[in-house]
Amino acid sequence: MTEEEKLTRFNSKIDKEEKIEPKDWMPDAYRKTMIRQLSQHAHSEVIGMQPEGNWVLRAPSLRAKKILLAKIQDEGGHGLYLYSATETLGIDRDEMIQQLHEGKAKYSNIFNYPALTWADIGAIGWLVDGAAIVNQISLQRTSYGPYSRGMIRICKEESFHQRQGYEIMVTMMNGTPEQKQMAQDAMNRWWWPSLMMFGPPDNDSSHTKQSMRWKIKRESNDVLRQRFIDKTVDQAHFIGLTVPDKDLKFNKSTGHWDIGKINWDEFHEVINGNGPCNKQRLAHHIKVHNEGRWVREAAMAFAENETRTKKELVTH
Amino acid sequence: MSTMNTKEALYNFCLRLGDNNLILGQRLAEWCSNGPILEEDLAMTNLSLDHFGQAEFMYEYAAELEGKNRTADDIAYLRNERGYFNSLITEQPNGDFAFTMMKQLLYSTFAKYLYETLSASSDKRLSELAARALKEIKYHLRHSSEWVIRLGNGTEESRIRAQQALNELWWYTADMFVVNETDKELIKAQIITDLSGLYPKWKSSVEETLKLANLTIPAHGHMYKGGYDGNHTEHLGHILCELQYLQRAYPGAKW
Repeated sequence: MTEEEKLTRFNSKIDKEEKIEPKDWMPDAYRKTMIRQLSQHAHSEVIGMQPEGNWVLRAPSLRAKKILLAKIQDEGGHGLYLYSATETLGIDRDEMIQQLHEGKAKYSNIFNYPALTWADIGAIGWLVDGAAIVNQISLQRTSYGPYSRGMIRICKEESFHQRQGYEIMVTMMNGTPEQKQMAQDAMNRWWWPSLMMFGPPDNDSSHTKQSMRWKIKRESNDVLRQRFIDKTVDQAHFIGLTVPDKDLKFNKSTGHWDIGKINWDEFHEVINGNGPCNKQRLAHHIKVHNEGRWVREAAMAFAENETRTKKELVTH
Repeated sequence: MSTMNTKEALYNFCLRLGDNNLILGQRLAEWCSNGPILEEDLAMTNLSLDHFGQAEFMYEYAAELEGKNRTADDIAYLRNERGYFNSLITEQPNGDFAFTMMKQLLYSTFAKYLYETLSASSDKRLSELAARALKEIKYHLRHSSEWVIRLGNGTEESRIRAQQALNELWWYTADMFVVNETDKELIKAQIITDLSGLYPKWKSSVEETLKLANLTIPAHGHMYKGGYDGNHTEHLGHILCELQYLQRAYPGAKW
């Protein structure tokens, strides 16, 4: 089959909504895009363990502690799952981690913001996971088979995360004046960054067009962002939280909430490494990875010895 | 001499079981996002989660025995340093991965024999709680034994680190088998047996694993004791600072 025929077959698969599987032929650019997106997703799950891990030791009740730990474990598990899915594209986890450390691979910008108070754990679950779910539900229909199946599995757990986050906010909004203030403060700090999680507006998004053509992405940034806004504004109002946007207004003719202007300068600043925690998050990951090297080497040496011993037992 | 009645002794004993789990769980949770490999990061926080679960049901029983309308959280979060009865080994800092796995091996082996014995207790609730915890503890023991054996037979560096961990932690092991006034009252009431009797079993099990790991138990040194009577190392106060922060900073708030 010529390259051209392979491409035609690939495109027709995409058109017919068939999934692309690891052994299928795919254009290099498709493979590259998938590796970029999948590894970024995997790294995000793992880096996201840092801001939440920051509160595990201080979680205010045994129940809260257990829920937070279980949630972080889910995230780590998603990371593992997504690393494996990415490996089906011909790159291994070590290389992905290398790329992360060199700044060639990214993780979600949202984790470059700090988790300052316990209410931030609520806000992260409710807003950050809430935004992630909207995106991931859409990605259940993505064209790459292993990614699509991963998203189906992951979405089930994410909705539990969002509920636990909202529950923290509800409890705090029913609590003391200090707790209410803490919850509102978290809302003020996490609202806009959550909206930025969907990426730049459609007309500025460099990846959107090709990704939509390949059905990697199924809906545009702005469409997904609006879906999140509509869902979340009502939840905020329901528990007495103010959305920190003076231009927020319900648009009767469209049936959607219109929001004020997103500060894209901040978004680009953070992407370019100047968010509050960029350096901290990456430095932490690098440090832990380096400190753990001797453990990984020991495990490998042990496994090699075991294999050798077994072989010797067989031959003698 | 002791003025402790059986119910009070049982309450104290539940605190001891709860505190061992709470403090070890808190230590393991420190590994969150700090594991040497993602799989082990998750494994350690998973052990932590089990320990918090066990702590919670021990404290629930303690709260019922106490009968003062306090919750498991009140008991977990609102005592001072001298009121915690965990064994000293559980509060020792994590050190490196070898240190944590060694600590887990030494404690989990103890906990396995402890819960096996307690699952036959005449106190029905205690026996149920012990039987429930035992399932998790067996997994913890398997996981930590495998790692100690792996590290002991891995590279030269990992063997040295594992041996170093053993050399330091060994001196906190006798503390787990201390028999105090609480025990004496419960032995008299035939709720528990003399738990110092678990020591030989514990020792031979640990020796067996350490032999497979090519590690040597240190010969001479002083055994530290006192956890069950609330005489701790300086580490505990710092653990409690983090643990109790929100509960102490916002008294009465619900979370």
